[in-house]
Amino acid sequence: MLIDWFTVGAQAVNFLVLVWLLKRFLYQPILHAIDERERRIAAELADADAQRAAAQHERATFQHKNEAFDQQRAALFAHAMDEAKAERQRLLEEARQAADALRAERRDALRQEADQLDQALRRRTVQEVFAIARKTLADLAGASLEERLVAVLIERLRTMDDAAHAVFAQALRTATDPACVRSAFELPAAQRAALQAVIHTAFAPAVPVRFETAPDLVSGIVLTANGQQIAWDIADYLRSLERGVGELLKEKGQPDAGAGPAPSETAAPHP
Amino acid sequence: MHLSPDETLFWQYGFIKLNATIAFTWALMFVLAVGSKLITRKLSTELTRSRWQNLLEILVTGIERQIAEVGLPQPRQYLGFLGTLFLFVAAAALATVIPGYEPPTGSLSTTTALALCVLVAVPAFGIADQGLGGYLQSYLEPTFMMLPFNLISEVSRTLALAVRLFGNMMSGAMIIAILLTITPFLFPILMTALGLLTGMVQAYIFSILAAVYIAAATRTHKPAPLAPAPGT
Repeated sequence: MLIDWFTVGAQAVNFLVLVWLLKRFLYQPILHAIDERERRIAAELADADAQRAAAQHERATFQHKNEAFDQQRAALFAHAMDEAKAERQRLLEEARQAADALRAERRDALRQEADQLDQALRRRTVQEVFAIARKTLADLAGASLEERLVAVLIERLRTMDDAAHAVFAQALRTATDPACVRSAFELPAAQRAALQAVIHTAFAPAVPVRFETAPDLVSGIVLTANGQQIAWDIADYLRSLERGVGELLKEKGQPDAGAGPAPSETAAPHP
Repeated sequence: MHLSPDETLFWQYGFIKLNATIAFTWALMFVLAVGSKLITRKLSTELTRSRWQNLLEILVTGIERQIAEVGLPQPRQYLGFLGTLFLFVAAAALATVIPGYEPPTGSLSTTTALALCVLVAVPAFGIADQGLGGYLQSYLEPTFMMLPFNLISEVSRTLALAVRLFGNMMSGAMIIAILLTITPFLFPILMTALGLLTGMVQAYIFSILAAVYIAAATRTHKPAPLAPAPGT
């Protein structure tokens, strides 16, 4: 007999004990560990999902902020550009005004300088003209310049037309101050006497005459009485000379020095 | 020459005896239980785990999956019984590589005990699943005429289970013993390897058949979706 019934019973019991042992030591712990791990993995996945969602939210927020920042920066930049442009315009305007002012100042200075030069030139010219005239007269005619000036003035007094004569005679008579003869140089006594004699005979016998020396006088000799004056001057000569000199300077390409000469301001009533 | 390890007696006191079958079974039980205890003493629930834990997890989840594939919807309920059947038979077959060892499954007493356990477990699981009436009803299906045949089938399949396992395991040991006397060296090794293979196959067949019987007992009289069974 191959079946031993005691062994069958013992093996059945053994098997049931083994079932209990393995359940206790194998299946339950292993299944528990597997379940635990799966739960943990699920939790981690859920956590990762949550974190990803949070990260996406963060990214969206950040992008939004970034865009806002870009816009703000662009606005600020445009504003700064505008301000810089305005500032540049203002500075340019200031510089232009300063340049204008400087140019005007320089022009005035140049004009003044030209005037001074002109006056000095004129004075010098007068002196030269008189010097030349004096020398020429002395050499050619044996006469002094003073004599010729006085002679010319006397000639002009004598050949005065009637209207001018009347006006001047009236002036001499009504004058409270004595008539004044001004000349660029000291007149000799003979010339003074001759002039006084002519005035007395031509206009009024008892008119006092005073003689003065004015070195700056452009005209050679002037007789004034009560606002009226009779003169011989070289203003015309000087004007033509100035014109000539101005043209010469212009030809040399120096427009600064060619500033026009001041007009002569002699107020002589030409007879 | 003996056919069964039952015949090797270590100790006897009247009806009670300690033979090789029981002794080797205890040894197997000791190795399985202590090994499991040692490995599962410090289990890891992290992503990294020891190789032994990995091995046991593969074993347990593999058995669980096989039970589910047979058609039992809640495999963990049957894992203790069916898994232990498989592990015991497989361990008994594997241990044949140890010289002097005789597999307890090579004893008809052991296989009969296992088959009887299945014979009891099938109605037990069936009754637990669908109640006593529901389970008894299954013997009258498709008609009450089938009752004797169902009963015969119940007994015969238990007998088949016991004899099949016994025959395979006993023949394996027997062939090796015979071959050892004829061709001493190479051929017995080949047959031992073949014996390991057949031992694994037998363990698989035994536990899968038990699972199929249990599945049949728990599912036979469940109401079909389109044709509800009378009385439910």
